[in-house]
Amino acid sequence: MSLPRALVRPLLAATMLVIALSACAPIEPWVKPYERENLADPIMAFDRYPVSSAYLDHVYEAREGARGATGSAGGGCGCN
Amino acid sequence: MQLMARRAAHDGSRTAAARQRGARGLPCWLPAACGSLLAATAAAGVLPEDRADVLYHRYDGGGVVIDGPSILVRKKFADKVSIAANYYVDMVSSASIDVVSTASPYREERTQYSLTADYLRGKSTYSIGYINSSESDYDAKTWYAGVSQDLFGDLTTISFSFKKGDNDIFRNIGGTKDPGFARGSEVRSYAVGITQVLTRSMIGAFNFEVISDEGYLNSPYRSVRYFDPADPKGYSYQAEIYPSTRTSNAASLKLSYFLPYRAALDGWYRYYSDSWGVVAHTAELGYTHPLRERWIFSGSVRYYQQDAADFYADLFPRRDYANFLARDKELSTFTAVTFGVGASYDFRIARLPWVDKAQVNLRYDFMTIDYDDFRDVRETVTVPGTERPYSLDANIYQVFLSIWF
Repeated sequence: MSLPRALVRPLLAATMLVIALSACAPIEPWVKPYERENLADPIMAFDRYPVSSAYLDHVYEAREGARGATGSAGGGCGCN
Repeated sequence: MQLMARRAAHDGSRTAAARQRGARGLPCWLPAACGSLLAATAAAGVLPEDRADVLYHRYDGGGVVIDGPSILVRKKFADKVSIAANYYVDMVSSASIDVVSTASPYREERTQYSLTADYLRGKSTYSIGYINSSESDYDAKTWYAGVSQDLFGDLTTISFSFKKGDNDIFRNIGGTKDPGFARGSEVRSYAVGITQVLTRSMIGAFNFEVISDEGYLNSPYRSVRYFDPADPKGYSYQAEIYPSTRTSNAASLKLSYFLPYRAALDGWYRYYSDSWGVVAHTAELGYTHPLRERWIFSGSVRYYQQDAADFYADLFPRRDYANFLARDKELSTFTAVTFGVGASYDFRIARLPWVDKAQVNLRYDFMTIDYDDFRDVRETVTVPGTERPYSLDANIYQVFLSIWF
């Protein structure tokens, strides 16, 4: 099975973007490391409860037709 | 991104801070100071923390009860490799609308094992994983590999991942496996993601994923119904027929914002479309509020809407009406809303000095789904197709204990 055509463009665009950005002068972080206290707070974690969010993703995937782009890797099941 | 290390320090846990101190050779007395020091000196990415979670889950809705445990353990080795293992069980007791209309209630058990490894090298993290899911009539083996890279002063993390799954599908008749039925399907997933620090108080993530399936994609049990004047009910059933390929695209954007009084607000939106004609929108809004030292409360609302697959119908005009026929309610037009609340409480276990922190969590979600064009065939009507649309309410419970060590 070849690479899906729908994937080729986004991958190409992402690669071009990375190459283009790498060619630029070093980017100065606009949020300095010592300014990231709020972002480092545990309540800001994207996946604070991994075992719970994996379970809820599984429930949603079984009940909904849509899938993917959740930022996590799930396995298959005959849940539908 | 370096935020995980700083989160460990930000916990205010002396042991977490001590562990960071040991790892980095830096004294960390104040959470904020520790965070900035780590960020200033840590030249590499950070692996997830060592932790163990034991969860009991229960889903009760639409005549289906599914419950069981999930156990997750994650451990670092030499600050270079992190291994995670998960054991998960679904115990299913089903008398769903599909089952009561065309089959008999059943009991089933699904067991899933997964093993993942993350290897840290500089600002790159390489991940591989394997997931095995088995039930009496469905086996799924999934491999995946991914890489993520911190860029631009750790403001940005990009990630790529690939996943391949092989599924073996069987059919049970009267509780035993049908020896004459064995099918297969294959799934491949390609995903890219960008996580971006936007401001001092806001972080965002964009994810895009293409999933491609090939093989036997329908259920060996489900049926579609069609007008049949010869039947006393006015309709009959035949087996559903799906295409043998499906490709889906999903793009999502997540934003998290730190509120000035120490609380977090997050929003998530996903657009989904696939080659079967399903188009879906998902939106979630969540709020997290810590209270005193030990409590964290959270609430969320999720809205989901989808349009039906091109070959879906609740009632087809006649038998063999088209090449492809579906009456799976998950492929119909419907709207779902889920409300969730959760609470977590941090504590220490004096008898177990190797446990840095323990946390007990409770979460409850209420899901309600209204189907536009999937009708409740349990209702007796004179004209088929005039039954009221089906709706489903589900209660979802989770209780879990987490420890960090």
